Amino acid sequence: MTSTTDTRISIAPRHRLPAASSWTLTIAVVVALLALLPLGFVLWAAVVTGWEMASQLIFRSRVGDLLANTVLLVVFTIPICAVLGVALAWLTERSDLPGARFWSWLCVTPLAVPAFVHSYAWIGMWPAFNGLPAGVAISVVAYFPFLYLPLSAAFRLLDPALEDQAASLGLAPFAVFRRVVLPQLRLALCGGALLIGLHLLAEYGLFAMIRFDTFTTAILDQFQSTYNGVAAYMLALVLVLCCFVLLGLEASLRGHSRYARLGSGVARRPKIARLGRWKYVALLLPAATAAFALGIPVLTLGRWLIAGGAGVWRIDEVGLALWQTLVICLVGGLATTAAAVPIAWLSVRRPTRASRFLEGCYYLASSMPGVVVALALVTITVRTMLPLYQSVATIVLAYVVMFLPRALVSLRASIAQVPVEIEQAAASLGRSPGNALLATTIRLAAPGAAAGVALSSLGIMNELTATQMLAPNGTRTLAMAFWALTGEIDYAGAAPYAVLMVAFSLPLTFLLHHQSKKIAGR
Amino acid sequence: MTLLTLTSLRKQYGSVAALDGIDLSVTAGSRTAIVGPSGCGKTTLLRLVAGFDAPDEGRIVFDGQTLADGSSQVPAHKRGIGIVAQDGCLFPHLTIRQNIGFGLEAEASVKSARIAELMDMVGLDAAMLSRKPDQLSGGQQQRVALARALARKPRLMLLDEPFSALDTGLRAATRKAVTDVLTAAGITTLLVTHDQGEALAFADQVAVMRAGRFAQVGSPREVYSRPVDAATAAFLGEAIVMPADIADGQAKSPLGVLPVDDIAYRGKAQIMLRPEQVTVSQAGGHNGGEGASGTIAEINFCGPTSDVRIRLGGDPQGFSFRLDIPSRETLFVGDRVTIGVAGAAHVLR
Repeated sequence: MTSTTDTRISIAPRHRLPAASSWTLTIAVVVALLALLPLGFVLWAAVVTGWEMASQLIFRSRVGDLLANTVLLVVFTIPICAVLGVALAWLTERSDLPGARFWSWLCVTPLAVPAFVHSYAWIGMWPAFNGLPAGVAISVVAYFPFLYLPLSAAFRLLDPALEDQAASLGLAPFAVFRRVVLPQLRLALCGGALLIGLHLLAEYGLFAMIRFDTFTTAILDQFQSTYNGVAAYMLALVLVLCCFVLLGLEASLRGHSRYARLGSGVARRPKIARLGRWKYVALLLPAATAAFALGIPVLTLGRWLIAGGAGVWRIDEVGLALWQTLVICLVGGLATTAAAVPIAWLSVRRPTRASRFLEGCYYLASSMPGVVVALALVTITVRTMLPLYQSVATIVLAYVVMFLPRALVSLRASIAQVPVEIEQAAASLGRSPGNALLATTIRLAAPGAAAGVALSSLGIMNELTATQMLAPNGTRTLAMAFWALTGEIDYAGAAPYAVLMVAFSLPLTFLLHHQSKKIAGR
Repeated sequence: MTLLTLTSLRKQYGSVAALDGIDLSVTAGSRTAIVGPSGCGKTTLLRLVAGFDAPDEGRIVFDGQTLADGSSQVPAHKRGIGIVAQDGCLFPHLTIRQNIGFGLEAEASVKSARIAELMDMVGLDAAMLSRKPDQLSGGQQQRVALARALARKPRLMLLDEPFSALDTGLRAATRKAVTDVLTAAGITTLLVTHDQGEALAFADQVAVMRAGRFAQVGSPREVYSRPVDAATAAFLGEAIVMPADIADGQAKSPLGVLPVDDIAYRGKAQIMLRPEQVTVSQAGGHNGGEGASGTIAEINFCGPTSDVRIRLGGDPQGFSFRLDIPSRETLFVGDRVTIGVAGAAHVLR
């Protein structure tokens, strides 16, 4: 009899999470609900507006034009980025290109230049360049690193034995690339393409400056000029649907295949292709890319700085903007990372269906364009909690929603590197669960948390759309000041703000590059 | 007929000579095993034959055609040499059907029939064709890898430790299956392994490799019972090596006077016995009396056999050797034993 009782006692608690986990889960659920607020708002707005009104606002030529612009932008930009990304990643990782390491850094550096600064640089160079061609060209130079980074990591991780095997089965080098290498880049291609697609949908400054209308610019125009709530909500709804289309496309293209190396042991180092006399021709590609993606911003900024002289460095104004930017980046970065801790811990230590679902919610929420997040939070605060309108709390919430995955990725990777046994050892030495977590995992995961703060801060520093709509009165970040001055055609006056944004983003961009190398184990 | 000839192959990685002058000739239809400890250069040798790497010096001639000669080399995809790697190296993004059909150039129906035939040949169920490699066990993956390599009907098959990732029971079964398939197809095979038992069981010709060179090449029986030196002897199995004074086909050794396999040799040398030549019985037992005597110095019970150390004579510092004996012998530390030797000792020069 005793034995049956014992069995029941030992089985029962399995289904229940320990107290610490359930608290963590509760916090993670609350954060997820907050993160889903903008999406929920858009759906609510659609329902409240009603079919008749909604269809009037959606099925009109203006929306058709915007949709055509968006589709063309995505359809041209992503394939060009993909081809450029694959070519550059192959050259820098798998060929004996002279100075490959140097070019590899240069391929990531454009990320340090905010997209709207790229745009500013291009129209500084060619004022008449606008419309779709300009949109595509500037988007390519601003966003191709999002594909280059995962692709170069994937190239480093490819198992060269598979390529050898394919050659022994009679495939010539190009066929090996097409049938063995390219399929293995699929995950990197899909992930990078999705990221670029979402940026194209969400970006405001880049397209506003070259007068290329997208949903985001249209929503912001509507919001700023006519304050036509319902029309803006309906545009936001279509924009959200576009995001869903991209997410769905990516999910279906990505597939469920396993791409990791089968079997045991460590792969050999990949073979380096000899370019021979093509070496100097091949150099043209990274050189031209760097010239467009970095040369143009450097030239334009340099020219405006020289033209403006010392006068554009109004220390009080520039200094104040820098100070406010740093404070908001730090607060936002810390809040974002803190919000990511519960789900990061759960997904590594207690991976369940619920934790995976929650993680999916965060990613979905962060794929909402900044303009939608801001529109939702403005409307919600104005209608229900006016004191929160344009408050620090609201803008920080917007940043948490938009940048949480950046912190989550770094945090999760570093928590996963801390063996759970260390936490258990601390517990066996008499520490309470919370105390053990603090003394072991959290301390050892600190570098990952720091990287999370840094990466989300980078996003916040260069964020313009939501910041403009949500910033408390009297706030003037670097991005806002830059935007205001370019709006007044004071390009020289705007230059110092752009230079500061780039200067502060550079180290963070290098951190990103370093992380991608580390993930690849090199 | 010689199918593959390697002449003075050299390959350097930085300051390390991975291959330091390799000569080998492989007869058509034969099975050759290259055996050596890890890092001896055997995988490098295989990669040169496959065409994945180029030799710094030396020639590789296959079926009358020079594949590599220091200055130029035929690329891997034009060699028609199959390879099965250590972990199968299946393409993870393709199904089993696509993996096996990967190198086949034929119309769909012919291809499909050939794939079915190959699956049958390696003893796999056709139902597996639509699966992905990670849904197969290690042994099944190796069979798929073999089928994929066989699909192109190569004249030479290279096996790079294809069984070492499998667990013990599966290893023997998979090795047998692979050997049978290759023999039936009449394909010349070059196996690389660090497992001496595997090499001896698999091959017609065994090349023992050490530090980038072949220490010895010969039939399995020859390299096992007549190794060139003590290191080769020890690598291929347990060996009892002792000093001896040799004259007229007889060696005076710590185990008494033993016949040797080299009648012409005179003088001092090391001689070698394989443990299976040595019998041990309790002194004064029914088959005792003949041969040297010793004392059990140490005994470790290992199930069916016991690992014993036997010391000769009364001197505690004297010559001793290890031996596995059946556990049914009830011996204890300190027991006196009589040692018998069957067959001739091998003279190591």
